[in-house]
Amino acid sequence: MANAFTSFIKNITGQQPTDLDSLIKHTENVNLVCKSCKGEFSKHQLLRTNMICPKCGKYFRMGGKERIKWLADKKSCEFMFDDFESRDFLEFPGYSEKLEKSRKATGEKDAVVVGTAKIGGRPFAFFVMDSRFMMASMGSVLGEKITSVFEHATRYNLPVIGFTASGGARMQEGIISLMQMAKVSGAVKRHSSAGNLYVTVLTDPTTGGCTASFAMQGDIILAEPKALVGFAGRRVVEQTTKSKLPDNFQSAEFLLEHGFVDAIVPREKLRDSLLNLLEIHAGRSDEV
Amino acid sequence: MTMTPYEKLKTARASTRPTGSAYVDQIFKNRMELHGDRRYGDDAAIYSGVGFLDDNIPATFIAIDKGTDLQSRLAKNFGCPKPEGYRKALRLMKQAEKFRRPVICFVDTLGAFCGAEAEERGQGQAIAENILEMMGLKTPVITIVIGEGGSGGALGLATADRVYMLENAVYSVISPEGCASILWKDSNKVADAAACLHITAQDMREFKVVEGIITEDFDHFDKMCNSIRHQIKKDIRALSQLSDEELLENRYNRFRQFGYFTRTLDDEEDE
Repeated sequence: MANAFTSFIKNITGQQPTDLDSLIKHTENVNLVCKSCKGEFSKHQLLRTNMICPKCGKYFRMGGKERIKWLADKKSCEFMFDDFESRDFLEFPGYSEKLEKSRKATGEKDAVVVGTAKIGGRPFAFFVMDSRFMMASMGSVLGEKITSVFEHATRYNLPVIGFTASGGARMQEGIISLMQMAKVSGAVKRHSSAGNLYVTVLTDPTTGGCTASFAMQGDIILAEPKALVGFAGRRVVEQTTKSKLPDNFQSAEFLLEHGFVDAIVPREKLRDSLLNLLEIHAGRSDEV
Repeated sequence: MTMTPYEKLKTARASTRPTGSAYVDQIFKNRMELHGDRRYGDDAAIYSGVGFLDDNIPATFIAIDKGTDLQSRLAKNFGCPKPEGYRKALRLMKQAEKFRRPVICFVDTLGAFCGAEAEERGQGQAIAENILEMMGLKTPVITIVIGEGGSGGALGLATADRVYMLENAVYSVISPEGCASILWKDSNKVADAAACLHITAQDMREFKVVEGIITEDFDHFDKMCNSIRHQIKKDIRALSQLSDEELLENRYNRFRQFGYFTRTLDDEEDE
């Protein structure tokens, strides 16, 4: 049924294919080892299987630009605010070095990419957090970019799709890191009050201050299967309660069971699900 | 003689310090405590209700209270609120908005409670909703950090129009213990972490995270509270002059400004 509906949508919107081929062409074909089954696969092979382990089904984490190019229509991604760079304004021990290391490892200036793109011809604004960059901890740049993209989306009545992944606050930016949670929330509130759609997709791992702010502020909250999502760290909770926690504690499935996510969507269905949601809310965003 | 950040941290946590309820009881008259989140339960870590700031100024108070003896500390989880505590606070904020009375919050927490049941009931979601809704709350909100301002658990009551701190209170994105153990795998480096994180009221004033610092005088607590009440009334008078739109605009801008970063392109305007 879902397939029939999707093909119907494809027909009326003239859905574009994604940029997968070009993404693969421009991605170095390194070998990656599955954390779960220890199987080794080439990056190109994994991109063709939605970065899911062909052997055991484990989800590999995805980078920021990789994720949006994998998801969106061919040549529809426009990146914004790409020149923002974090500053070690507290002169926090080791921060500059960590920033430099992450910049080299990812080729990005910080832990989030933002911009606009389309799925099935439907425009939206996006942010994608990248856990390879200092565990996507939330500093000034991350807060500023997400706030700015929400402001842009509010101005142009665009829905926002946000992929969350974060270890939490960026303690090297002290209290200013905490303030980013309020700053982004302010922009989410304005976007929401103007009647615009915000969908969050919780990916592995979404924790700490990210969970305690914009990850949980979506009109619709989706999650990837088995993603770790929680507020306090598992070890901290175990220490507090002095008891062993069940294996599925703080998994996407655990959150679904307790009523905190709308749906768990596997990667191969994500594009169709998001297109469906964009279509269902299109009247509000596009025609008013 | 100035105290080190670590000494301030210890002072902020001292068990001899007045707790949230002491401030409320001193500052508000004709109080009535209002319990429960109407969803799950009542969190004793949050002492909240309505009363008068003055003969003719009704207000809502929401205070995190650590408790004063072992029994009350246990009941209040040592001032670490659970999701139902944040939801009770939000309920009272919405009620205050309806009846157009200001909300006065007193923050004193190591952080939101970190337990299995708190996770099951959506600790992150509860705080997220408070921050989001406070960003749109059409009534003045004033928050005073009286002891510890612990991370998201504090921000869930501190997304306010004005924030004040007591002179030896601290406000931090992570506990210095947590910071030391994550960054240096050494929980003995708490003093170093406290210094690196910049957690003092004086730091907050510099970052514009707080509007003002309140001088501590616990030997003359009634006098001290009188001057807090005076400041609150002054702020409410000023904030009440604003339209709802102006109030929210100012609150938005208050938080919008936070961030230190550089841009390599000149003020590029997005199309």
